[in-house]
Amino acid sequence: MNALPKRWLNDALENLGRIALLLNEALRSLFTRKLNWRDLIYQLHFIGVKSQSVVLITGAFTGMVLCAQTYFQFHKVKMDTATLAVVSVSMCSELGPVLTALMVAGRVGAAMAAELGTMRVTEQIDALRTLATHPVDYLVVPRLAATVIALPLLTSEAIVIGIGAGYVVAVYLLGIDPPYLWSNMIKYSDAVDVVMGITKAVIFGGIVAIISCYKGMNCREGAEGVGRATTEAVVISSISILISNFFLTLFLTRLLT
Amino acid sequence: MIEARDLKKSFGAHQVLDGVTFRIESGESVVIIGRSGGGKSILLKHVIGLLMPDSGQVLVDGENIVGMNERQLLQVRRKFGMLFQSAALFDSMTVAENVSFLLRREGKLTASEIARRIDETLEMVDLPGTQQKKPAELSGGMRKRVGLARAIIYQPQILLYDEPTTGLDPIVSDSIDQLILRVCECLKVTSVVVTHDMRSTRRVGQRILMLHDGKIYTTGAPDEIFQSRDPIVHRFVNGISDPKEHNL
Repeated sequence: MNALPKRWLNDALENLGRIALLLNEALRSLFTRKLNWRDLIYQLHFIGVKSQSVVLITGAFTGMVLCAQTYFQFHKVKMDTATLAVVSVSMCSELGPVLTALMVAGRVGAAMAAELGTMRVTEQIDALRTLATHPVDYLVVPRLAATVIALPLLTSEAIVIGIGAGYVVAVYLLGIDPPYLWSNMIKYSDAVDVVMGITKAVIFGGIVAIISCYKGMNCREGAEGVGRATTEAVVISSISILISNFFLTLFLTRLLT
Repeated sequence: MIEARDLKKSFGAHQVLDGVTFRIESGESVVIIGRSGGGKSILLKHVIGLLMPDSGQVLVDGENIVGMNERQLLQVRRKFGMLFQSAALFDSMTVAENVSFLLRREGKLTASEIARRIDETLEMVDLPGTQQKKPAELSGGMRKRVGLARAIIYQPQILLYDEPTTGLDPIVSDSIDQLILRVCECLKVTSVVVTHDMRSTRRVGQRILMLHDGKIYTTGAPDEIFQSRDPIVHRFVNGISDPKEHNL
């Protein structure tokens, strides 16, 4: 094996191991130590409330474009009234959780990595440790818990607004008969799709938070280090979401159906 | 009591500490001097367990902290207060929130008791009335005072100062030196100051340790060090860049 791929593989495995250790420490802290509710609520506000506009716009326009594209294909085979069923199933099980997680990774993951990275290079994390405070308890646990709580809620919003926007496009722009459109959506959508989407959102929330916190807490010195950590947090979170989504789809489909 | 035994630490190929051994008694005020990049701050971080050595021991009150996990170290660190070179204030918090951070985390005192302790501590570091200011609104000297207030509010036994006067003008530096002496006298703490400010060294140190080439090169009272004829010590304390010019 060449030296470069070998080193890359070693680094990747080492990072994966360190992320697993950080997750282990965070989960242990979450379940064995007193959670600071004030920090959790602050993070919920930052991650959940302040991501609303981004998530709603993403959900609405994804539902609209999906509806239009589905209609253009289904119209050829006279299946116009099944359009919203496709939008509903896609939004619930795939597009809702994945696109919401990607938007949150871009907005929240970047902010987490930058904030923790800056704290690291300005010795604020060392200062925490000298004040007898474990950085994982104080910095990682509230962010992890808040992201895992907020992402399913944001995903639910994205799903609802996506289907709603698709309905508006289908009825008022494309002229599809509303009762048949709605009836087919109810007929072909299943609770399993919603459960799958929400389960994925919980896991994606964990992925975004733990990778972003890890990258921030381990960033290199200086402004360049913080910038690189921020970029890596977003890129690695996004790739991890897309890859894990494939395996989660296979696993959850087998588990739930 | 703090004791280091044969501490070694390297970063890559660069050996920063190469067998550092020293002992600091309770209540002593010790200054560690040495050239920039010589490993003084690294040594200080080993004393409080922020860094772990490649080999050697660090004993705090007879307990070896090398090899302890982070949660065990948190208990040991309750004995310490540390003032960082950059003050390392939490920039999202006010001065009062910075100073009372540990007290609020512990939750043992009421809000009014914490407020009283904040007022007393800020008074001690000559910064009354700054409770609601943010770190960005403070000058370099004020930040260091707030950093010191944060380190002393819970009355630790040992205070570590990492370059407390670096980047400050001579007058502010002098006021920080006086503050270190006052804190040492009022709280009866063990002080370890890392600096390359010779004026500050002379004022605050009862004993000086000189770090050179990764080892403790010499130790002694300030007068002994400043009158030393050893070429390395003499050159450092007098700030001589070219020894030929001074016939050394």
